[in-house]
Amino acid sequence: MSVGSPLNIGLILGAVIATAAVLIWVERRLLAVWQDRLGPNRLGPLGLLQVAADMIKILSKEDWVPPFADKGVFVFAPTVIMVTMLTAFAVVPIAPDVGIIDFNFGLLYFLALSSLSVYSAVLAGYASNNKYSLYGALRASAQTLSYEVFMGLSVMGVVMLAGTFDLRVIVEAQQNLWYIVPQCLGFAVFFIAALAESHRTPFDLPEAEHELVAGFHTEYSGIKFGMFFVGEYIGITLSSAMMVTLFFGGWHGPLLPPVVWFVLKTAVFIMLFILIRGSLPRPRYDQLMAFGWKVMLPLALVNLMLTGALVLMVGSDA
Amino acid sequence: MAGLRQIAMQGRAVLGIVLSQFRTLWRVLGHTFTRADTVQYPEQKPALSPRYRGRIVLTRDPDGEERCVACNLCAVVCPVACIALQKAEDAHGRWYPEFFRINFSRCILCGLCEEACPTYAIQLTPDFEMAEYDRRNMVYEKEHLLIDGPGKYHDYNFYRVAGKSIGGKDKGEAEHEAPPIDIHSLLP
Repeated sequence: MSVGSPLNIGLILGAVIATAAVLIWVERRLLAVWQDRLGPNRLGPLGLLQVAADMIKILSKEDWVPPFADKGVFVFAPTVIMVTMLTAFAVVPIAPDVGIIDFNFGLLYFLALSSLSVYSAVLAGYASNNKYSLYGALRASAQTLSYEVFMGLSVMGVVMLAGTFDLRVIVEAQQNLWYIVPQCLGFAVFFIAALAESHRTPFDLPEAEHELVAGFHTEYSGIKFGMFFVGEYIGITLSSAMMVTLFFGGWHGPLLPPVVWFVLKTAVFIMLFILIRGSLPRPRYDQLMAFGWKVMLPLALVNLMLTGALVLMVGSDA
Repeated sequence: MAGLRQIAMQGRAVLGIVLSQFRTLWRVLGHTFTRADTVQYPEQKPALSPRYRGRIVLTRDPDGEERCVACNLCAVVCPVACIALQKAEDAHGRWYPEFFRINFSRCILCGLCEEACPTYAIQLTPDFEMAEYDRRNMVYEKEHLLIDGPGKYHDYNFYRVAGKSIGGKDKGEAEHEAPPIDIHSLLP
């Protein structure tokens, strides 16, 4: 086993897609637990086969394209989020010898691809030729543009401390001290930005169902809708994996093997995403924008300046 | 200095908002350890109170006779007009419904018929499992509605307390009823 071996690539791809599928069940069960319900528990052990049933249902649905839609773009849009999210996973260093590829600009690659994923929403909303879809797309693009700014800025503190964009080196640099300690502000900003990037509640305004029907994927059904859904879940997994990588020491941890530590930490963050969906209400759109530009951006800049001052004072090997 | 105080007040307000988010998260997380309210229905039956508004029945009085006097009040009050009946009279002068039909595919189980009934004849029961494969089977005739017991009111017998005379009970012979006054007599 070495980084980039075909076995590694196959296993990681399979694991990510399987995670995205199982997350459908995990989310429904966890939300149910937190709302004093049971959730799907009939099909198979603990209701796990519900995932298979949902998949069969969604795959066997009619693959319908509305007559008023821009057909080519309409079909293309859902693939964008799947492709960008899956390719972004390539740079995630899962364990010392597990990973797909190591770039010395891995972090930038992640930021670039997570920004590209917004094309999925924009193209879907545009191609649907439906005003609610277009509103959703508009919101998705504005939200991603705003939150992308300080998402990038929030991780610059980590880059300064580690002195590199290479995610594997960043993890190795956290051998003794996880970056959550010196970068807690950066983590808070990054977490909120990641939440907004993956269009999860409370930042799910692009698909706010009480005002926009379903936002950019109003006109979608069947497998194309399923791809949006799976793409969103892969996005959650990716964001959680990045938080673990950048701030929570990646695979580092006592006793258990590195892969287990990485998976455990990622699972905790995925569950935190679901908990937030189960508890926080959605803000108004102008509140969302004001929060992004007036609170999060200054916070990210303050974090950047403080980290810079710290690094200058102590020396770059801090 | 006023500006500083204002900033401090705003800061406290923002801090309150932030803390409230965390408090919300903590509260919801606490629900991990509370029991689910779900009743796993087909295996586990929900507890229904005796006054639950389910399937409608027609009851009998303690003597085993039909309580219904075919007054039509239930049919009139029914908001979806799902009750149909026809009055008949037996040899004793008692009124009874010749047929009594409730269309349960229309019935909304509102209980207004039970409230309107002057003789406690029509009553709702804690039974809701009335699914049928054929819609026509949802129409219940009198033989399906009539039960053998008095339902929720064990002692009530309309003809024993009402002033109407029937065979075997003349005017003035009901419970708490004085004999009728002879209006042609001048005696006190």
